[in-house]
Amino acid sequence: MGMRIVIAKPGLDGHDRGAKVIARALRDAGHEVIYTGLRRKPSEIVRVVMDEDAVAVGLSTLSGAHNVLIPKVCEELIANNMSDIVVFAGGIIPESDREHLYSLGVRAIFGPGTQTNSIIEFLETISKRKESDLEVGVGDNPGWRWD
Amino acid sequence: MGLTIAQRIELAKEGNRRELGKLLSLIESGVKLPINPSNPWVLGVTGPPGVGKSTLIGVMIEEWVKRGEKVAVLAVDPSSPRSGGALLADRMRMSSADSSKSVFVRSLATRNHPGGLIPFLDHMINLLELCGWSRIIIETVGGGQSEIRIVAFADRVMLVDGPDRGDIIQAEKAGIIELADLVVINKSDLPNAQNAANSIKTSFDYSNNNRDKLVILTSALNKTGISELIDVVEMLEIDEERNSLRIKERLLSAWDFLLLSNPALNDILLDLESGRINLDEALSRL
Repeated sequence: MGMRIVIAKPGLDGHDRGAKVIARALRDAGHEVIYTGLRRKPSEIVRVVMDEDAVAVGLSTLSGAHNVLIPKVCEELIANNMSDIVVFAGGIIPESDREHLYSLGVRAIFGPGTQTNSIIEFLETISKRKESDLEVGVGDNPGWRWD
Repeated sequence: MGLTIAQRIELAKEGNRRELGKLLSLIESGVKLPINPSNPWVLGVTGPPGVGKSTLIGVMIEEWVKRGEKVAVLAVDPSSPRSGGALLADRMRMSSADSSKSVFVRSLATRNHPGGLIPFLDHMINLLELCGWSRIIIETVGGGQSEIRIVAFADRVMLVDGPDRGDIIQAEKAGIIELADLVVINKSDLPNAQNAANSIKTSFDYSNNNRDKLVILTSALNKTGISELIDVVEMLEIDEERNSLRIKERLLSAWDFLLLSNPALNDILLDLESGRINLDEALSRL
């Protein structure tokens, strides 16, 4: 059963080939993908997730601003009572920055060379975790992550 | 969370967008909310791909918000027939949509339901109106039967085309022109927009049913003609004849839905395929 997923480009970053490839792959896997377009503020992304009643949001960033923008999206989701939303990220995010992002509730980070299949598997896994009430949302205990 | 549907509707009425979003999903999944139909203001916007419908709606939203309206958009895109998934990207062209409190945009995919979205649209519109959205827009790519049926849920219909496309002929073939109250030629910043508008006007003059139809030029890019367009749309009176056409389309779609959700449908299809029964027998079994 397909999910509603927002694919977003936060901040001043004009590179969306990756986001579009992911969006298409998720569609082909049966999901309904809402693509935000380029250069969105964290608050706008949260708004899109809210209005569209999405289950998950994927943040694509290649500009180096991930340490600012991704935490902002996580914070604003939680502040808006949307702790159950699943956050995942992709793009150029160095290994050394990832632990911090995971600790904020990001559940997966996909770097260059990722097969689209593994993102689809990730989504299947979060759907199962949700069904079994295991932690997976941005506001839940950040223990579990996708590797 | 332990809220009843009635409580959630109350929250949505108070402006809780999260609840509104969730209620719309409930409607999409087939739940009927206890809402009395009222008299929502609905505009259907359709036209061929690439003429700038979403961008135009984006700038129309800005103008409406300036005039104090609260605008909700239901942007309908097709689902992939193979995977059932959908790529919904209309809202990326409505950049004003994601920050103003007076705008709500929801993307909808068509084909995950038997008979399309049709049986749910009415309920969604009623919910939006109940929650104080004073202008409700339904956007869809115009071409096929299902799109006609979607715009038939609006009591005002605007057909958008671009210069130099000739797609208006396609729209005419599909029967959308009969349902439309006005035609907008967008991208008036490009050459030949005026020519396109003139040729459409001329073709309307030849037809008794279309003579009163307005043709308007806009450029969503330069934001020209927008305020005038809103003035015209606001002044539209609901046309009796077109309205009865639309109501007929609504009834037909409700009928389709009933047919496609009939539990015996698969068995009947199998019997038809194998030649055990003929069409007439299939109809009587339904």
